[in-house]
Amino acid sequence: MSDTQQKRIKIEVLRYRPEQDKEPVWQSFDVPYTDDMSVLQGVQYIKDELDGSLSFRWSCRMAICGSCGMMIDGKPKLSCKTFLRDYAGQTLRVEALAHFPIERDLVVGLEDFMDKLESIKPYIVPKEARTLAQGEYLQTPAERDQYEQFSSCINCTLCYAACPQYGMDSKFMGPGVLALLHRYNADSRDGAQAERMEIVGAEEGVWNCTAVAYCSEVCPKGVDPAKAVNLNKVNSAKAYFFGLPGKKEAAK
Amino acid sequence: MSKLTAGTANRKPFKRPMAGWYKRDPFFVRYMWREVTALAVLLYAIVLMVGVLRLSQGEAAFNGWLAALGSPLSIVFHLVLLVAMVYHVYTWFEVMPKTMPLLYAGGKRVADATIMRGGIVAAIVTNLALLALVWGMRP
Amino acid sequence: MKQWKRSNAPIFWVLFGGGGTLSSLFGPALILVTGLLVPLGLLASGTMSYARMLAFAQNFIGKAFIFAVIMLFAWHAVHRIYKSLHDFGIHPGPLPALCCYGSAMVITLVGAFSLLRIGF
Repeated sequence: MSDTQQKRIKIEVLRYRPEQDKEPVWQSFDVPYTDDMSVLQGVQYIKDELDGSLSFRWSCRMAICGSCGMMIDGKPKLSCKTFLRDYAGQTLRVEALAHFPIERDLVVGLEDFMDKLESIKPYIVPKEARTLAQGEYLQTPAERDQYEQFSSCINCTLCYAACPQYGMDSKFMGPGVLALLHRYNADSRDGAQAERMEIVGAEEGVWNCTAVAYCSEVCPKGVDPAKAVNLNKVNSAKAYFFGLPGKKEAAK
Repeated sequence: MSKLTAGTANRKPFKRPMAGWYKRDPFFVRYMWREVTALAVLLYAIVLMVGVLRLSQGEAAFNGWLAALGSPLSIVFHLVLLVAMVYHVYTWFEVMPKTMPLLYAGGKRVADATIMRGGIVAAIVTNLALLALVWGMRP
Repeated sequence: MKQWKRSNAPIFWVLFGGGGTLSSLFGPALILVTGLLVPLGLLASGTMSYARMLAFAQNFIGKAFIFAVIMLFAWHAVHRIYKSLHDFGIHPGPLPALCCYGSAMVITLVGAFSLLRIGF
């Protein structure tokens, strides 16, 4: 095949090797591509053929594991779901997800996200103890509709890269975790609403959000975290002024 | 044993600065313009506050406020306020649906866009109603 | 187990919401009438005369409407401005909060005292 028929794209990657770099530095790569190649495949080509030291996370390469998030042309995207052909004729800049500390190249530190996720009890807490004999939970389609979209979250943290409030103050619980919190609070099987509402009602709960709503714009799964956060502002205000339904005052 | 922990010693996470973040994406620029419209709401509240203050100070004072409203500067100022206020109304109903719970009508999900359209229609109706009231009560 | 501190944000958020809704429903028309139509003479002169405005402000409904507009517009705006200061890099704290919410309080009080002074 002659070279003039092979399409090529210049990919600029923000490199950072803590053992040798004082700060991140852009490095250019000339990458041959075909129309079916994702940005992830472009980055894999760089690692396989041009610079084996390039570090990045990936796994399923089909937009379900949430590992390959990165800033592509300044926007948070899953690299396996973004295609090189859409950036033909320009230099494509690829950078680690915004608002997270860079560990190395395209790998960011996610401990903060993991800690926050753990803190909201992301599992069904039964309303009361159940025996096996009671059988499975029954739930109507209407009840499931109330939380289903929020259960689509793949923990890819693109929404955190989109959220300037999280970028400015990492104490903010952030869109993804709050959407997952709502997923459980809205589930008719769950009984831990009061506990989770304590997180919602804190300053770093929903009240750090200023409804930029870029999180919902970038979510690859249509979770709409901005909805989850902002409808809980109403719930939080109701709880603040009227108390939580059914919540009893703790004995002092 | 030390080889197992050697990896963490070389970690030096790099925090990128947030300064000027709102210039980085057209989405953020639009968000900042949306928030700037709050100034128009504040400034108009102050104009009205001065108005009732002058009203409480007697006819001469109030007529002074009315006259000031007639100045070219005030006209231009209020034109800017009007444009900003209209943008505020539009962006208010863009965001407002996010605060509402998931709604269903006839078994189908009521989209946020539908709620937004409803809100804008309501705002047009109430604003026109106020104009009609003022027109109907003209001396 | 982390202890979460309940935020008082709902107070300001409810005022913000009320002001945002009221300003959406009536703001453009109010600015149009008071700031453009009347001063430019496009509405009959005397629409906003001292006598008519005094009567409106002395009327219970008129007084309540004027107060609601001034107060809610002010509290709505300062809440957003306070948040916007943070967006511009001025972090939340007692001084920015006092400047913002304090202004709204001053506007509310001046409006209230004026309306009371006007009487019924």
